[in-house]
Amino acid sequence: MMDAFILQAIKYMDILDIAELKIPLQKVTCLLGESGSGKTTLLRLLNHLISPDSGKIYFMGEDLSELNPVELRRRVVMLPQTPVVFPGSVEENLLQGLVYSEKPQVPPEKLTMVMEKVKLSKELHTPAGVLSGGEKQRLALARILLMDPDVFLLDEPSSALDELTEKLILDSLTEYARSQGKTLIMVTHNRRMGDFYADYTVFLEKGHIQKTAEVAACE
Amino acid sequence: MNDFIRIGVLQLLAAYLFLAILIFIVRKRGIGREQEIFFAAARMTIQLILVGFLLEYVFSQEHFLYTVIILLIMLHFAVRNIFSRIRLSIKPELKRVVIISMLSGSLLSIAYFLFVVLSLDPWYHPRYFIPISGMIIGNSMTGVALGVERLISGMNDRKELIEGALMLGARPSLAAKSVVNDTFSAAILPTVNSMVGMGIVFLPGMMTGQILAGISPLRAIEYQIAIMLGILGSVSLTVYLLVHFGYRAFFNTRDQLQL
Repeated sequence: MMDAFILQAIKYMDILDIAELKIPLQKVTCLLGESGSGKTTLLRLLNHLISPDSGKIYFMGEDLSELNPVELRRRVVMLPQTPVVFPGSVEENLLQGLVYSEKPQVPPEKLTMVMEKVKLSKELHTPAGVLSGGEKQRLALARILLMDPDVFLLDEPSSALDELTEKLILDSLTEYARSQGKTLIMVTHNRRMGDFYADYTVFLEKGHIQKTAEVAACE
Repeated sequence: MNDFIRIGVLQLLAAYLFLAILIFIVRKRGIGREQEIFFAAARMTIQLILVGFLLEYVFSQEHFLYTVIILLIMLHFAVRNIFSRIRLSIKPELKRVVIISMLSGSLLSIAYFLFVVLSLDPWYHPRYFIPISGMIIGNSMTGVALGVERLISGMNDRKELIEGALMLGARPSLAAKSVVNDTFSAAILPTVNSMVGMGIVFLPGMMTGQILAGISPLRAIEYQIAIMLGILGSVSLTVYLLVHFGYRAFFNTRDQLQL
């Protein structure tokens, strides 16, 4: 099967130094490693928010540096670790991703559906600023689910959630990705979570790939 | 009717009593700014004496070149003043935008005001051209200086929101829209607010000058209204050009945020 991303001889400041890395298409990949190991930087490179100092990144076989960055980010959407909440209501925040990516608006039922998927039970007109940290994280997650991109880059998507909500959301997210044929690349420092949810794991240590592994299905 | 009261040298010196009182207070309270205040007043006096002689000479010379040279000097100092006022570091690309917006915005407004609103004849008539250009350039300079500072601080303060928008596939123009709009509002607000108090809280400088020179208040307000609209137009145009092109200085060709 084709790879979603291939990285070759990537160097980024003194943060990342990757000889080669392949991230499979339509699979759940977990990036594991201590904080400061370069996981977030790797996601930012894949989202083309930053460019490597040297080396090549290929997305679906195409040189990423030659693709239109805005078009790429609409197919490869990133969720940062600290959720970004824009001024306005929950509804406006949900729709903001579609506004930014210039995609058509969706009916209210769809909004309710994604909110259920991330277990967020709030009125649509609630000001987003009053939500708790965990709710903001789920709101940001619902926003990108609504955008329906090919690739999801999630930077610790459940860091502000309690254990039960974390499990419910990751179950729902990975199930959605697998059923819809999406590529999900998720940063976590919880190895147990990686083993449980991932098809493929990448271990980073001080900016280097320590090892990669395919995980046997265990659900 | 011309009952204009001339201020003699002694009377002018008497006005310096205000400065003496201020310096006395500052010194007495140990605020430690007496030197700064003294030099500011001295600079104002010398600059105005020089400009008085210069304008007297230029007004007596009916040649367009003098007017054009003075216009260029005013623009040059306005741009320099903007850069010296801003305490934050400015990217070279943003500097270029500041210069282009100041030049094109002010010159377009000056040309429209003098040639369409005033129908100035001859077009370089220095008695009208120079003071009106000065007012337009001075106000645009204040607007642009405020705008540049707000644009830089806005882009830095809202880094997360802007990058958050880029991550979702926003074009830089959309990602920076809130900063651009807020900068525009903040930079034109002082001009808009000054119009609100005009005539009630204070009489504007140009109108006051004309009234003191013996012109009927009804004639003076015509000029004042027109020049205020000219200033508003120029400030809006220069600031609009600044924010419209200036935000791009914070993004590279790969549409990545670069602060």
